[in-house]
Amino acid sequence: MSLEAFNNRNVNEGDYFLVDIEDYPTDGWGKFKRVVKRTFKGELFVGLWVVLREMIKFDIHTVQYPEEKMPIGPRYRAVHEMKRLWESDAERCIGCGLCEKICISNCIRIDTRIDENSRKEVSEYSINLGRCIYCGYCAEVCPELAITHGGEYENASDQREHFIMYEDMLTPIDKMKAGAQLEFEGFGSITPHEDERVKKTPLAY
Amino acid sequence: MESAYLIETVIKIVVILLVFSALAGIGTYFERKILAFMQRRLGPSIVGPYGLLQVAADGIKLFTKEDIIPAGVVGRIFKIAPVITAATAFMAAAAIPFLPQFTIFGYTVHPIVADINVGILYILGVMAVGLYGPLLGGMASANKYSLISAARAAAVFISYEVVTGLAILAPIMMVGSLSLIDFNEYQAGGIGNWIVWSQPVAFILFWIAAFAETGRTPFHLIANDHEIIDGFGTEYSGMRWGLFFIGEYANMFFISFVIPLLFLGGFGDGSFLGALGLLAKVAFFFFFFLWTRAAWPDVRPDQLMWLCWKVLMPVAVINVVITGLVMMF
Repeated sequence: MSLEAFNNRNVNEGDYFLVDIEDYPTDGWGKFKRVVKRTFKGELFVGLWVVLREMIKFDIHTVQYPEEKMPIGPRYRAVHEMKRLWESDAERCIGCGLCEKICISNCIRIDTRIDENSRKEVSEYSINLGRCIYCGYCAEVCPELAITHGGEYENASDQREHFIMYEDMLTPIDKMKAGAQLEFEGFGSITPHEDERVKKTPLAY
Repeated sequence: MESAYLIETVIKIVVILLVFSALAGIGTYFERKILAFMQRRLGPSIVGPYGLLQVAADGIKLFTKEDIIPAGVVGRIFKIAPVITAATAFMAAAAIPFLPQFTIFGYTVHPIVADINVGILYILGVMAVGLYGPLLGGMASANKYSLISAARAAAVFISYEVVTGLAILAPIMMVGSLSLIDFNEYQAGGIGNWIVWSQPVAFILFWIAAFAETGRTPFHLIANDHEIIDGFGTEYSGMRWGLFFIGEYANMFFISFVIPLLFLGGFGDGSFLGALGLLAKVAFFFFFFLWTRAAWPDVRPDQLMWLCWKVLMPVAVINVVITGLVMMF
């Protein structure tokens, strides 16, 4: 549905009309007439008919939650996910620490070290989801689309520490091997048909 | 013969108590389901097939909950109040003929506990005593919401007793008896003989007053959830609250029996079809209680008083006078 009709506030055009409200009666006779009119107008039966009609139509709108779930938008900001590279199945995170830096509730802690190949490696990565406000800044600032928000909104555990585990956020390797990693489609993601829109730089450097 | 009568009466009392206690539970199930369907929801659907065992789950919950007597309440009155509500609701059932008489194993059963000759007066009186449940319960709880509810209950019940009595007076003048059996006999000839055709105003007035007497939705201000929590039931828990609940629903069922018996021919000529007809009428009136709850808003207490004293009571008096004049000439 177009929002045009709602966004246009110009009352001179469109379907706007003034509601016809009668003046309130001031004298007793006028009040009496209003009571009689309202009594025999049968507006109560309109209400009865509306609910009966809905019962007969039986157009139930209940979402039976644990069995059925509402689809959520790709930009929904629930528990974070750490993605892997499609090419090598390696973790995308390069340990730049931007997410830790921008996090306004200070819930991301990242630690890096230099591994045996003299490459930077993430040794420790945790998000305290008990403190996270799901603002989405970490996903927005990530240059590699490594940390994103997923759609997993059902969090329950017997220990608060369980909400911090990096292993739970990282795409499992078998899921990655099956090619089932869902790419984030929200803010900052690569727009579709990006390859066709790339142009050669006209200058020869 | 005397002992047979005694045994029969005791059996009838037990059956009525059991059936209507159970019906109160099933009534809540129907209320939830119908309200849900009218609001495009599903209602209870998890416990048992179609959520039918929800009633049992609620019953278990009510029976096993801790019985709390809060500090600051007037203990004895607080404890007796729910019993008054439930007991008066069931006492009113004594004079209601639930079905026409039938024969089982060669023994004729009259499905009425006591066919007293002042049946309607007795029912109205006992239902009026039911006022003491909310009134005492609300005043004994050390709670302002309960107190407001008690004041409203007293005002509403006493006001609408007047309307009920005056509305019923005109049919009583026509029939010349207070027994519900006599009312039924008077209308036994068929649909054309129903009192509703000769007393439509009394019928409407009695129906409106029934909503106030049972505290159902357009006049639900005694325990209005969005204003005064649960009114007189706020401080109650467990089975004491359950007794208020059973009393309210039993009252709804009994009023749903009384309206057809008074105005809509009751069980007619006493045949099997007539009995089914009575049950159908009762089902309609009970359904209407739920229907209005889904459709109509509540009125304010002052509007309720205005409606009672300035509209319904004068109309009822005029109706009685006109009936008397017509009968005289």
